[in-house]
Amino acid sequence: MEYVIVTLVKAAVFSGALLLALLYLQWIERKVIAHVQLRLGPWRVGPHGLLQPIADVVKLLTKEDLMPAGASRFLFVLAPFLAVFLALIPVAFFPFGPEVEIFGVRTHLQLADLNIGILFLLAVSSLGVYGIALAGWSSNSKYSLLGGLRSSAQMVSYELPLALAIVAPLLLANTLSLRELADFQSGYYAGWIPRWNIFHLPAPQILGFVIFLIAAFAETNRIPFDLPEAENELVAGFHTEYSSLKFASFFMAEYANIITGCALATVLFLGAWNPLWPESKGSAWFPVMLFAAAGAVALYHGLHPAHARDRRTLPIAAVAFWIVAAVFLLPPLKPVLLPVFWFCLKAGLLIFFFIWVRATLPRFRYDQLMRFCWKVLFPVAMVNLLVTGWLVADFGG
Amino acid sequence: MDVIVFLTFALTAVVCAANMILQRHPISSAISLIGVMGSLAVLYLLLGAEFLAAVQVIVYAGAIMVLFVFVIMLLNAEAEQKTGQSLVARYVGIPALLVFLALLGLLIRALAPASRQVVFGGFTGGTPLAVGRTLFTEYLLPFEVTSILILVAILGAIVLARKEAD
Repeated sequence: MEYVIVTLVKAAVFSGALLLALLYLQWIERKVIAHVQLRLGPWRVGPHGLLQPIADVVKLLTKEDLMPAGASRFLFVLAPFLAVFLALIPVAFFPFGPEVEIFGVRTHLQLADLNIGILFLLAVSSLGVYGIALAGWSSNSKYSLLGGLRSSAQMVSYELPLALAIVAPLLLANTLSLRELADFQSGYYAGWIPRWNIFHLPAPQILGFVIFLIAAFAETNRIPFDLPEAENELVAGFHTEYSSLKFASFFMAEYANIITGCALATVLFLGAWNPLWPESKGSAWFPVMLFAAAGAVALYHGLHPAHARDRRTLPIAAVAFWIVAAVFLLPPLKPVLLPVFWFCLKAGLLIFFFIWVRATLPRFRYDQLMRFCWKVLFPVAMVNLLVTGWLVADFGG
Repeated sequence: MDVIVFLTFALTAVVCAANMILQRHPISSAISLIGVMGSLAVLYLLLGAEFLAAVQVIVYAGAIMVLFVFVIMLLNAEAEQKTGQSLVARYVGIPALLVFLALLGLLIRALAPASRQVVFGGFTGGTPLAVGRTLFTEYLLPFEVTSILILVAILGAIVLARKEAD
């Protein structure tokens, strides 16, 4: 009975956090890109546009739900549902922390640990292409069809280097379970170099990490691989004909896939919840310092405001940051918050990298995209796997 | 509990398979086939073959069927036209099917070994470790021969698909 309650509470917290992250990821993306391009970004709704996502949700909910003439009705409705359903599943498998004790209950900071966890994630992600392909086909529009075709070819191709890049750290850790992968990467060499898989002897996975990230860009249809929705040739690609909530589903699925990709990279290569340097050297103080510094910066800008409204809003933000910093000092919450903080920090930096790349790089041409996958990425991933296998076999994993 | 899950997904698999044949449009048939693959994966999982279940979804539902759907979309195949039925098919078809099924049932009963009770989860050789070990010790030669066969098939396809150099 206690197990059921704990699991329900965890499921509620994880899914709530995921949905909140989905809501605000698009605000963050718009803000980051705006600042890269020397614009302000969302600004009108709430202080610094903070309520913009809610306004967007209301807008999308109240739009008319259109169905193009000649569309295949069943598949047209099924496709966005499938996309968002498959994109939201993986959050159940990520280990956000070790086994912890909170308020007298011992539990893992993870919803479910499968002994074939990675395989299951691969299976779910390989089904994700149907949402896009079927949307493209069922819309009865040439732009949608071209987008769907491109995305299925692209996603099937890039799944190969992605899978090969995933296998190498699995060889190191000798497990398919995400929890064991996270545990495997705890500890430090010489007292300060983390045993994350990108540093792990005998086969550091730096190359594997890079391959995984590139393939993840292609799998999530992001710039520079966003040919399925290339605006200047295909209007909006596979979701051209979608409106209202169905369009929002595709939007959500895309952001959920980015979160999944970054969280998976964190678990596979960046040591999941393990801190960058050991607790004995003060890694537990890092979040406190970080949030305190963020509060100080906010207060400084509140005292020297660039816009009249900042005089009131930024000091409030500063106080909020300081409260968060203080929460990290509370002893009963510390064992839960610290691993979750490190996990979210690493995944968050990767997500920032995704947005940064979108603001920086142009789009590949289609033949470049395919040539790069089969003639560069795939052989490099293969060599990485072979070398890893040889090193693990000869020098012990 | 196991029996309920088994019956649910066995029924789903059969219904999807029947639907695959009955649908007129290739895309609907392909999607029914994906349903069959998915239900089969659940059945494998029930029997304790978790690696096989995951690979079933990754390879069949996630790769091969994507290519099917891709080709159907690429050729922009339309729904099949219903041609005039022949009189033989109309009057002899269903009785012939029943006779065929009865013969098949008799044959299976006669040839199959005495059936044993299936225990859900009783099979323990389905872990990635067990599958890998068998594949690389007992079945190494067939495994490698199969991979070479597939390689030859791919090369053949490339040669066939290559444009003639004028």
